[in-house]
Amino acid sequence: MSKLKENYKDSFSQKFSDFMTGDLEVPDEVHPRKKQAKNNKVIQADEFFSEFTDADDIKRRELYQAFRNRKFMEWINRAYNIISVVVAITIICVLLFTVSFLPAFGDKDNPANNEVSERYIEDGLDETGAVNIVAGMILDYRAFDTFGESNVLFIACCCVLILLRNDDDEPLPDEDVVDFRRDIILEKAAKFLVPVILVFGIYVVLNGHLSPGGGFSGGAIMGAALILFACAYGFERMERIFSYKTFRRITFGALLFYGLAKSYSFFTGANHIESIIPLGTPGAILSSGLILYLNICVGLVVACTMYGFYTLFKRGRI
Amino acid sequence: MDFLRNMPFFCIILSMVSAVIISIMSDRVARVFSLCVIGAVSVMSAITFFYVAGVDQSYTYYMGHFPAPWGNEIRVGILEALTATIFSIVMFASVLGGMKRVFIDVAPKKRNLYYIMVDLLLAALLAMIYTNDLFTGYVFIEIMTISACALIMSRDNGHCLVSAMKYMIMSLIGSGLILFGLSMLYDLTGHLLMSNIKEVIAYNVANGRYELPLTITIGLLCVGIAIKSALFPFHSWLPDAYGYSTATSSALLSSLISKGYIFLLIKIMYRVIGMDVIVSTKIGNVFFVFGVIGMIAGSVRAIAQTDVRRMIAYSSVAQIGYIYMGMGLGTELGMMAAIFHIFAHASAKSMMFIAADGLSYVSNDSKEFRDLSGSAIKNPIAGATFTVGACSMIGIPMLAGFISKVCFADAAINAPTVKLVIVMLALAFSTLLNAVYFMRAIISIYRPVRDEDKGVMHKANPLFIVACIIFVALNVFLGTHAQPIIDFIFEGIDMFA
Repeated sequence: MSKLKENYKDSFSQKFSDFMTGDLEVPDEVHPRKKQAKNNKVIQADEFFSEFTDADDIKRRELYQAFRNRKFMEWINRAYNIISVVVAITIICVLLFTVSFLPAFGDKDNPANNEVSERYIEDGLDETGAVNIVAGMILDYRAFDTFGESNVLFIACCCVLILLRNDDDEPLPDEDVVDFRRDIILEKAAKFLVPVILVFGIYVVLNGHLSPGGGFSGGAIMGAALILFACAYGFERMERIFSYKTFRRITFGALLFYGLAKSYSFFTGANHIESIIPLGTPGAILSSGLILYLNICVGLVVACTMYGFYTLFKRGRI
Repeated sequence: MDFLRNMPFFCIILSMVSAVIISIMSDRVARVFSLCVIGAVSVMSAITFFYVAGVDQSYTYYMGHFPAPWGNEIRVGILEALTATIFSIVMFASVLGGMKRVFIDVAPKKRNLYYIMVDLLLAALLAMIYTNDLFTGYVFIEIMTISACALIMSRDNGHCLVSAMKYMIMSLIGSGLILFGLSMLYDLTGHLLMSNIKEVIAYNVANGRYELPLTITIGLLCVGIAIKSALFPFHSWLPDAYGYSTATSSALLSSLISKGYIFLLIKIMYRVIGMDVIVSTKIGNVFFVFGVIGMIAGSVRAIAQTDVRRMIAYSSVAQIGYIYMGMGLGTELGMMAAIFHIFAHASAKSMMFIAADGLSYVSNDSKEFRDLSGSAIKNPIAGATFTVGACSMIGIPMLAGFISKVCFADAAINAPTVKLVIVMLALAFSTLLNAVYFMRAIISIYRPVRDEDKGVMHKANPLFIVACIIFVALNVFLGTHAQPIIDFIFEGIDMFA
């Protein structure tokens, strides 16, 4: 590593030593931020968010475009498209080929027709008290999976909140808020339809253990009714009965009840303690143990989530 | 029935219910509460571990009033309890160490949502570790995917959104493949419970039925999980996601999320498909080849980075390669080495992310090596922690990384000659490359402070110090008391069968 030579900066050993000490020369245009971090001071939060200024972004985008426009990149991109199509077609063919080796659909000797579904169908009514076997399966036999599924819904809702939530407390300037226009046809139609849809949704939820339906489908219907109401009468009137606070309280209450009720049932089941919740007479509205209440919880959560997603698209609402 | 048997169930339910409760809390209460929950889960997991080690056999636990193929159940063995304990301790320290940074990086109204994600991530991790049912595993894979996405994008800048998008696309492809695999497996066997599937598969293989669909199914499951855990050719989402998100997120992503998927894969190999079938399909060789390529390629890319966080991220690609290489050896020793490396990497990599964040905090929030020079002198605790982590990753004795490298070498000696040669060469070369980029990082952070920066000493944050102490203690413990852990891993693998 003789620094006596004139071109010592180009020698491998000098480059290696620069690399080891972190002094590697990087061209300024690749690292536009290089000049910024000079004076040592504690960075405030708002400064921190603005760490990539517009000028930097433009410069970076130009560099990226220049990189993409190079001749060989064009070729690589073209090859990339072709390869991806070939790979996708290969995977499709392999999967189709595999399907032909699977057990035939609807055959009575299929592996899927075994003691598991037999017990669900034959003893499901006695053991869960639910006439609707599907409700018995998802909310009693395999309730842990369903608890996980309702948490998927909850976490998806939180995720959308993280993405779209308005950070500032002050309301948006007027031109940003989309104008609400009254529409007489929509209003009259909503007046007829909303109660009917709501009642139908409630019916589907409450009869979840007796007939096809349940919390997920009924909740979606109720959510649709809320959205229609908000469309017709505007968010101001909707806010009187259903604000963000209501949304939070209902979701919290329903999920907490779900969690606690199911923990009780898991705990008693695992420790072989007799559960105190009666199953009731199958077919009656107040029957099948916890399934009815869980359906109500799931219905509330789904309805709130549906409506919540809709309002989030209106800026500054939540 | 012993009361202590309920502990794993309490852990899962506690973390799920607490996530719901956090949704109505303010951010300051939320972070204390979620920290308490993670601490309680660590303690309960440790109790479970000692209980299982005491009775010396695994047990199943009904989730509900119905026995297994009809209802859900979880299964608690010694390896599950050990993994849950180590993972929850790592999570506790990561959340503790990055707390101040979360306060800076995440917008005020979103902070309690961040802790919801952390708690649900813990629940998903625990459920995936303990589950005995493939569909339950899939449900919690979904929760883990969504929460990981939210952890990446909770920091408000363009880089994080782009990397969350990349992560989501890759991760959903992985989920899709896993779902295909699961539905085909259900079609072939008619069961979702792990032990029942294994019986039916053994019967099918003995009678030569459904050989081709079974092979494709195994391929789909393995590729799906490999994409989600960033095995070499599928690692393109990783550097951005780990490099730009807030420190706690990076630590959790690198040390826990990818490891949770790998643990599920190991469980699938032993408890669902059966190791004999896995060995006969030669899927291990695929893991071996890509693992070895990943070890080298990840390290080479890490050398080229000028950003400390991205360097650690590329180093993760290399370490994931080590784990898959161990699994690809196809022997019990290889699997043991892989599982030990999961622990070693989980404890060292999260430590490095937290420490690197402490270093960039004193260097004007820059992550470039040129700006980091002297940062270890300004923030001695972060510097020392970073050095311990780097030494552990290189494989200096007394630290966890050394033991796992010895285990890999030990496993390779009992493997076929070709694999022996490849493993030894790859280990030597990769260790050399590790040493190059970690030494460079250490030299660069310990350079004397520039004149104009002198006197700017960092006042250490007590939470950060506690987190660093936990991390260093865990690493030194794994490095110096490895033998009992290794025995427990062997015992746990025996319990799997």
